[in-house]
Amino acid sequence: MSKLGLIVRREYLTRVKKKSFLLATFLTPLAFGLIVFLSGYFASQMGNTEQKVLVVDDNNILKNYPLESKGKTFEYTAVDVADAKKTYIDDGYDMILHIPTFEDLSQSKFNIDYYAKEKQGIASLEGMESIVSKSLRSYKLEQSDIDKEQYDKLKTNVILENALLNSNDESIEGDRSSKFSSGIASGLSYVMGFLMYMVIFIFGGLVMRSVMEEKLNRIVEVIVSTVKPFQLMLGKLLGVGAVGLTQLLIWLILIPIIAVIATTILGVDASTSMGGVDAEQAAELMKTMEEEQGFSIQSIIAEVQSLNWLLILPAFLIYFVGGYFIYSSMFAAIGSSISDDMGEAQQLMLPLSIPVIIALIMIPAVIGNPNGPLAIFGSMFPLLSPILMPARLPFDPPIWQVLISIVILVLSVIFFVWLAGRIYRVGIFMRGKKITFKELAKWLRYNY
Amino acid sequence: MSILSLRNVVKQYHNHRAVDGVSFDIPDGSIFGLLGPNGAGKTSLIRIITTITGADSGEVFFDGEKINANSSQKIGYMPEERGLYKTMKVGEQLLYLAQLRGMTEKEAKDSIRYWLEKFNNTGWWDKKIEELSKGMQQKIQFIATVMHKPKLLILDEPFTGLDPLNTNLIKEEIHAMNSEGTSIVFSTHRMEQVEEICKDIVLINQGKKVIEGKVDEIKETYKDNLYRIEFDGSFPQDLNSSSFTIKSDTDKDVIIQVAPGHDSNELLSALIQKGIRIKSFTEVLPTLNEIFIKQVEN
Repeated sequence: MSKLGLIVRREYLTRVKKKSFLLATFLTPLAFGLIVFLSGYFASQMGNTEQKVLVVDDNNILKNYPLESKGKTFEYTAVDVADAKKTYIDDGYDMILHIPTFEDLSQSKFNIDYYAKEKQGIASLEGMESIVSKSLRSYKLEQSDIDKEQYDKLKTNVILENALLNSNDESIEGDRSSKFSSGIASGLSYVMGFLMYMVIFIFGGLVMRSVMEEKLNRIVEVIVSTVKPFQLMLGKLLGVGAVGLTQLLIWLILIPIIAVIATTILGVDASTSMGGVDAEQAAELMKTMEEEQGFSIQSIIAEVQSLNWLLILPAFLIYFVGGYFIYSSMFAAIGSSISDDMGEAQQLMLPLSIPVIIALIMIPAVIGNPNGPLAIFGSMFPLLSPILMPARLPFDPPIWQVLISIVILVLSVIFFVWLAGRIYRVGIFMRGKKITFKELAKWLRYNY
Repeated sequence: MSILSLRNVVKQYHNHRAVDGVSFDIPDGSIFGLLGPNGAGKTSLIRIITTITGADSGEVFFDGEKINANSSQKIGYMPEERGLYKTMKVGEQLLYLAQLRGMTEKEAKDSIRYWLEKFNNTGWWDKKIEELSKGMQQKIQFIATVMHKPKLLILDEPFTGLDPLNTNLIKEEIHAMNSEGTSIVFSTHRMEQVEEICKDIVLINQGKKVIEGKVDEIKETYKDNLYRIEFDGSFPQDLNSSSFTIKSDTDKDVIIQVAPGHDSNELLSALIQKGIRIKSFTEVLPTLNEIFIKQVEN
């Protein structure tokens, strides 16, 4: 095995065999599964609480237009509200709904009030508002001369659809995605952008600590008497990078499996449980959305499948590796130049984290206008492109832009690794000197 | 035949010349001292010899050929500041370092077992470095330096931090390796340490060579013709003449310098004529330290 191969193998194996690696790799998807499970579980628990509501209607109309809601039972009383609120808790009610006398029942705005044993959630209160509105509307409709049939006809919904969405005519140019695909694409953009951000800091930090460790315990001198400093640095970058890829691939396989297991055990859909509504409510919601907007689970799945995965996955891997190399080579350079304390490291790391944070801040703007000048610039500039090009990928960027960006990325990787190598070879032998950027720039010109 | 020859080697760092036109030869099979005070350029020289850095100008020959990337496989180097991967196991670590030095896995394993057995430490293979005591770590460091049977062994301040037991153990091993043909270089600023071990030395200061040669010959060259005489009774004060100078005297002994052109026999007969009862008569040779200080002051 070549010396570089030996170094890569050591860097890889010592990390992969560590307990902390196994824990992080296998517990992260499990934690993800647990979050899905718990949020689904809590959501379903919340929906299951039965509430008994005492309705004090001073107008005496709601009896004939009864309130209806799942999980709530309504009882009507003629008792005065002042008496009712003294005894409702002892009588076993959770809440009083008080509809005061209205002079003019044809008005559009009604202020009603409630007394509750416990603090009510905003969703529960808003639900109550719509339930009462519905009953009052029915009452008003009957009181008016409007025919129920005619009233129903007044309901109007406009659905704007992309004409090319289902067209098979390939000769027409233009965007063929539906408006939901934008939502799904945005979600994917955020996920990939944040993943890159984490990769840069977690694995960059790993490279930096490892370089510091070798320098501080002096073994670096023994190693570089047999291999070139650049080989040692490159071997470290490759070895740690391989660890990152291994972890990413395991996650890509494990997370969907665990998500499926978590959802089947609970019978909740992972995507809807996130919204804090239970399955039945979600199904109802979906149904209304579908009726009103032509939106359904099936259409989401179809959208996800229609994304250009053949571009997104390989390109994401390229940016994953490219972004990793650009940033962790700089982390290696910093690690090599530090004498002993972490404070110094943090000072030097700050300028390095600025482009990463700028890229994160730019994600919403890029998603908002994925083919705008800002998005194009961001996805070309090599310090930003590892985060911003993956964010653009779900929006089908022109392929030539992706290719140019990748070429720039690859050239930048070569440049930054070279640059880091120049600093590294000097840094690992420097002792007890406070390092400034001016100093680092000098090292670039040193002859070793 | 020299195992290592330096010709006019220059190494310029940013704003100081660490090595300034140094030339010397290390005879094959010798125990050689690379001496000089801290900051003299020893470590810079060693880094050039171990191919960690290259010289700006000048030439280095190792084992008959110009030094190159493969030379390091025949060189063992123990830096002044020792270090091993703390969380790696002894066996894995030695195996890794041996393979970096060009050994096959099998050769490496055999050699590591041989050395661990030699130091009675066969049970250490699966122990992490951080679990070992300091003395044990030093033995592992030594094994890491010698396990690939180097032709040239470079030890930078090898005895600093060693306990007396390990110092003896390693001295023994060094002599054993030397008698099997390995050339040894000691780099140190503590010159008294190498006087007993090294036959040849080079002394450098501020990047330049000051003295080079065999220890005996150097002492011979730089001696001041001093003799120590132990005696009984009293010592006459009228010995001082153009030939002899009393450098120091106590109740029991005197040190006398013999002027150039005279020798010890003349001093002896002069003393006998004065009726002094001599108990011993020895030549006082300068220590390397004294020679060095004298040279630097000049």
